[in-house]
Amino acid sequence: MRGLCTLLLLIVPQVVFAVDLDMRQGVTAMSQDIHWLHTVMLWVCIVIGVIVFGAMGYTIFAHRRSKHPEPANFHEHLGVEIVWTLIPVIILAVLAYPAAKMLIEIEDNSDAALTVLITGSQWKWHYQYLEHDIGFYSNMSTPREQINSCGGWFLTDTFCDLPDGDSEAGKAERDANEHYLLEVDNPLVLPSNRKVRFLTASNDVIHSWWVPDFAVKQDAIPGFINEAWTNVPETGTYRGQCTELCGKDHAFMPVVVEVRTEDEFDQWVEDQRIAKELASGQAVADREKTWTLAELVSIGEEVYLANCATCHQPNGAGQGSTYPALDGGEIAVGPMAAHIDRVMNGKAGTEMQAWAPQLSDRDIAAVITYERNAWSNQPDDNIVQPLTIFESR
Amino acid sequence: MVAHAEHIPHRSGLAAFLSRWLLTTNHKEIGSLYLWFAFSMFFVGGALAMGIRLELFMPGIQLIEPAFYNQLVTMHGLIMVFGAVMPAFVGLANWQIPLMIGAPDMALPRLNNFSFWILPFAFGMLLSSFFMEGGAPNFGWTFYAPLSTTYGPDSTDFFIFGVHLMGISSVLGAINIMVTIFNLRTPGMKLMEMPLFVWTWLITAFLLITAIPVLAGAVTMVLTDRHFGTSFFSADGGGDPVMFQHIFWFFGHPEVYIMILPGFGIASQIIPTFARKKLFGYNSMVYATASIAILSYVVWGHHMFTTGMPLAGELFFMFCTMLIAVPTGVKVFNWVATMWRGSMTFETPMLFAIAFVILFTIGGFSGLMLAMVPADFQYHDTYFVVAHFHYVLYPGAIFGTMAAVYYWLPKWSGHMVDEWWGKLHFWTAIVFVNLTFFPMHFSGLAGMPRRIVDYSHQFQDFNLVSSFGAMGLGLTQVLFLFIVIKTIRGGEPATDKVWESAEGLEWTVPSPAPLHTFETPPPWPINETETHEGAA
Amino acid sequence: MSDQAPRYYVPHTSYWPIVGAVSLFVAAFGAATFIHESTDFIAAESQYGEWVFYIGLIMIACMMFGWFKNVVSESVRGMMSGLMDVSYRQSMAWFIVSEVFFFGAFFGALFYARLWSVPWLAGAGNNLWTHTILHPNFADTWPLFLTPDGTQTQTMGPWGLPFINTLILVTSSVTVTFSHWALKKRDRIVAGAWLALTVGLGIVFLILQVAEYIHAFDDLGLTLGSGIYGSTFFMLTGFHGAHVTMGTIMLAVMLFRIFSGHFTPENHFAFEATSWYWHFVDVVWLFLFTFVYWF
Ligand code: HEA
Ligand code: HEA
Ligand code: HEC
Ligand code: CUA
Ligand SMILES: [Cu+2]
Repeated sequence: MRGLCTLLLLIVPQVVFAVDLDMRQGVTAMSQDIHWLHTVMLWVCIVIGVIVFGAMGYTIFAHRRSKHPEPANFHEHLGVEIVWTLIPVIILAVLAYPAAKMLIEIEDNSDAALTVLITGSQWKWHYQYLEHDIGFYSNMSTPREQINSCGGWFLTDTFCDLPDGDSEAGKAERDANEHYLLEVDNPLVLPSNRKVRFLTASNDVIHSWWVPDFAVKQDAIPGFINEAWTNVPETGTYRGQCTELCGKDHAFMPVVVEVRTEDEFDQWVEDQRIAKELASGQAVADREKTWTLAELVSIGEEVYLANCATCHQPNGAGQGSTYPALDGGEIAVGPMAAHIDRVMNGKAGTEMQAWAPQLSDRDIAAVITYERNAWSNQPDDNIVQPLTIFESR
Repeated sequence: MVAHAEHIPHRSGLAAFLSRWLLTTNHKEIGSLYLWFAFSMFFVGGALAMGIRLELFMPGIQLIEPAFYNQLVTMHGLIMVFGAVMPAFVGLANWQIPLMIGAPDMALPRLNNFSFWILPFAFGMLLSSFFMEGGAPNFGWTFYAPLSTTYGPDSTDFFIFGVHLMGISSVLGAINIMVTIFNLRTPGMKLMEMPLFVWTWLITAFLLITAIPVLAGAVTMVLTDRHFGTSFFSADGGGDPVMFQHIFWFFGHPEVYIMILPGFGIASQIIPTFARKKLFGYNSMVYATASIAILSYVVWGHHMFTTGMPLAGELFFMFCTMLIAVPTGVKVFNWVATMWRGSMTFETPMLFAIAFVILFTIGGFSGLMLAMVPADFQYHDTYFVVAHFHYVLYPGAIFGTMAAVYYWLPKWSGHMVDEWWGKLHFWTAIVFVNLTFFPMHFSGLAGMPRRIVDYSHQFQDFNLVSSFGAMGLGLTQVLFLFIVIKTIRGGEPATDKVWESAEGLEWTVPSPAPLHTFETPPPWPINETETHEGAA
Repeated sequence: MSDQAPRYYVPHTSYWPIVGAVSLFVAAFGAATFIHESTDFIAAESQYGEWVFYIGLIMIACMMFGWFKNVVSESVRGMMSGLMDVSYRQSMAWFIVSEVFFFGAFFGALFYARLWSVPWLAGAGNNLWTHTILHPNFADTWPLFLTPDGTQTQTMGPWGLPFINTLILVTSSVTVTFSHWALKKRDRIVAGAWLALTVGLGIVFLILQVAEYIHAFDDLGLTLGSGIYGSTFFMLTGFHGAHVTMGTIMLAVMLFRIFSGHFTPENHFAFEATSWYWHFVDVVWLFLFTFVYWF
């Protein structure tokens, strides 16, 4: 029965329209159960719809005045009224049972083999593996030029006065990019066939972590931690998005999960550990080195475009009163200490977040140096070394 | 409207115009004011929706920056809900309730004027936020904390006081309607003899009086959290951002029924008229409406299934929500049974009423699917939800209002609506409404989140169709404006009864209805021989 | 139409509603600007919001005065029919219902905090991780004297001023009823005396409330900013206090009207409405006393 329903639903429209109209079936047992529930619900609604609209269609056709000039005059019938109150009650009770059962299973977060703390912030995810000492940020990696480019068939370039819009080239890249908006720099890596527990938390506003193929959607509420779990049988790359309005770049907060076999996952954990050791060695080396202005500026530009440009704009002009201009900005050309403080610690209650936990000493030094040399900025005090940043941590 | 010109006191030009419309205490004039106001807000909200749909035409950002997009969505939702649908229903109530129950006017005519005139100021304040530093509210019409508290733009404060003003207007308006119904029915008319439109409004008024103050409480807490250091919605001080959602939706769910119950009433007036047969199951219609209203207080959690609510809460809200399908189903079945073996004709109001029943039911079905918690984990905050609520709101609330306008406009203006134009409007609206909103089910199921300014390629085709449909739908509404103006200005004169087998007190007064009606209470039950059929 | 006297008096046109709408707008606009200017230091160059707000309030007061004066004079001239009296009564009743739900929102917040958010932050229910990861040192107490972010406060006990205030309000509900009885017996002097006493009790209540706030601020460190306990405490008692203020003013107006001979034993709806309002405010206080101060 279940199979038949699914089959019907999947095949009929797909054949007719040659597009996927259905809910995604997903890969986990849970997502498939939910897909089944959805299918059943849909068919119940369709059947009721056919009966109700069928009756209506019939009466519209058969009891129109030209065919049926004399109206009947009944206007009450206790019997049918009771029947059509009870039948829906029964249908609903029958539907409620599997839904409730499924829900109880979904809410059973016990016995996970791996726990990942997912923290949302405007507009990126941070993943922390609680059992292993691994944690990293995951940013959208689709370049801004692809997003902000125009060149549609009905919109001419005159409409496209957005900053850094590069019409044709960007559009072509966008069209060629299969995972446009759904790609990140560091995906979450998970093992297959293990129960994984997700804890969702937030640093600022409410976000919601969703991977349709797992049927996991859990809000990340600042100050609270929510739980969800999954168990993915198949390896592969799964994509989703933040689904709770979280401000300007809510559309640009994708989730990418790479599921690997258990062995590959263990290997990855090991690699991360080694990488971390190397990185800490690297960090020490970075901070001991004295960098030239040119070196810092060139690294800084990259860091800036990746992290800061979404608000302050690539040309440092900011946006209206919400995002201050850094080009000629009070802090960006003012005393160094204040600049370091603002970038490292952000400003509480604004979208300007603390970057100290997110960027390395080198990157912070580089981005500050970049800001103090870019555009029209030429303060006297124009370079800061990673060591200074390290010391102010 | 125009036809009342003879009642204007003899002053000229602007002064006369202003003193008439600013100072009026007449329910018909205030009703017209409400309707025109709602209509203009519908256009403003619709224009914002056009902005949304233009941007979503295809992937990439073409016209609208992300920050501005959020403002558009927020203001579109707020204006449609508070500026278009609610005032439109209040306008219909103003015009029709006194006429239908044989009252000389509303119970508190001055208060009535007050309730109306608060609105233009409130929306003026809200709309002016587009021009403020930092832009208009950008946190969705649901203004979840902390996006609206710590992170809200400066204009949030104006939004808050704007909502307070609208709230005062709605509560006072609802009290007025409530009292009119309870107190000014023509002697002899029992509650269980009232027309269903009046019944549904009675229940709606109750919802308004109890739900709107909770919204006022919610915005007040947002205000104090923003500026006075309280921590209702901040875990740092022991509060909870989710508490906001509970308070908001305790208002919000009754609110969505506020936006549909009068529509139910309208369908229940129109269908019997054109089926030439009494409404089937009057009593169960009344009880069903009341049950929907009562249930609406205990289902708010279905908007919050993904917030990490305890299991017991999820189960409770799921079961209660599913239950609402039962009384709503009773209403749908009753409408069908009313049509059954009638003798139907299909003038424009009837067409809109039938479309209302069918398309609302489709929206109701998707609502029921949303109520299943496990499935809602997949649907929540996707375009599937957007499709659901546009189906219940557009072909629901808006078609309901349009059906009512086509049904009663001859009574108000004295002119019949030109059927050709009415039908043209109907058929174009039907095509485009489905073209706009049906594909949203698919984009939602495919995984497109709502409130996003840009989307990935997989959602491209659906959005293209939606945007195309929306442009058409926009043009269709211009047609509606044209028809309304055309009918007011002229057309075949309407008889008192307007529709062959219409029933009710409103059809015993001349068309156009004179400014003052029922200064002495009309006899009840209606004495058929005494009505002056044909004497316009 | 007919030549008979209208069944129901429909005033023709009136200036007051539009004046009222404008005044409300001025007050709301002023309030928004005021709050904005006083908390946002960037925009603080201009400081007109405060004055706009006050002007709005004065306009509202004038509007209410003028509008009610109209209504009073109509009623004195005998235009108010029995039906109209019923309309007024029902409207007032529904207005009070709406007020109940307004307070309901804040009581809802209080219960939510006490039953859910505070215990959850301390790990109750499905919130073990919330506690262990985010707020490991937070303990579930009510009143909440130590918030998750470390704000500390003292709590307000029930048996001092609050209890006295309870007695005052309960007494005032009784005295207003005595006044009503006297009014029904056409005993104007006695009615006035009881009502004056009621007004006096209202004023004493307010004075004590202010004293309590000062005590809270100065000695207990209890402010709007001291976490959810302070938030609910001040918002509930504050809105209640605002209602007592309104009620006291209304009672004072009634006192004046008693002495101006506006009321007859049969016809004194304004008085009754005011006393309903007063009883309502009293009942709210009993809930406040029980749930904010006591338990
Ligand atoms: C007019 C407004 C209106 C109406 C009438 C409804 C009616 C219903 N709504 Fe809807 N809803 C909204 C407006 C409305 N809604 C809005 C605006 C939102 C989004 C808010 C936001 O987030 O911005 C929303 C969101 C919303 C959600 C949250 C989704 C999410 O965010 O994840 C849910 C979940 O349960 C829901 C459910 C329902 C149900 C069960 C009904 C029921 O009342 C429907 C009942 C009707 C029927 C079922 C059809 C007729 C019945 C029969 C023919 C009988 C037989 C049928 C069966 C037994 C199946 N709605
Ligand atoms: C009654 C309520 C109502 C009505 C009638 C509508 C009508 C429309 N809505 Fe809206 N909508 C909401 C209530 C309503 N909506 C709510 C509550 C939300 C949620 C907001 C939120 O997330 O916070 C929402 C959100 C919403 C979204 C989701 C945005 C997002 O999540 O990112 C979209 C997207 O397509 C949309 C589209 C439309 C369209 C195309 C119409 C059309 O039907 C409009 C048609 C009408 C007109 C167009 C006006 C008439 C004509 C003119 C103005 C002349 C000019 C014409 C042209 C330029 C062609 N609406
Ligand atoms: C999410 C948006 C956002 C991002 C991303 C962001 N900022 Fe900011 N930034 C802000 C906001 C908002 C302010 C204003 C804070 C205030 O109110 O003072 C600000 C202020 C600043 C200031 C002080 C400007 C002044 O003159 O007041 C500096 C310097 C700064 N940011 C640097 C950076 C750097 C460096 C990065 C990237 C590593 C960055 N910002 C990323 C939003 C952002
Ligand atoms: Cu994060 Cu939306
Ligand atoms: Cu709801």
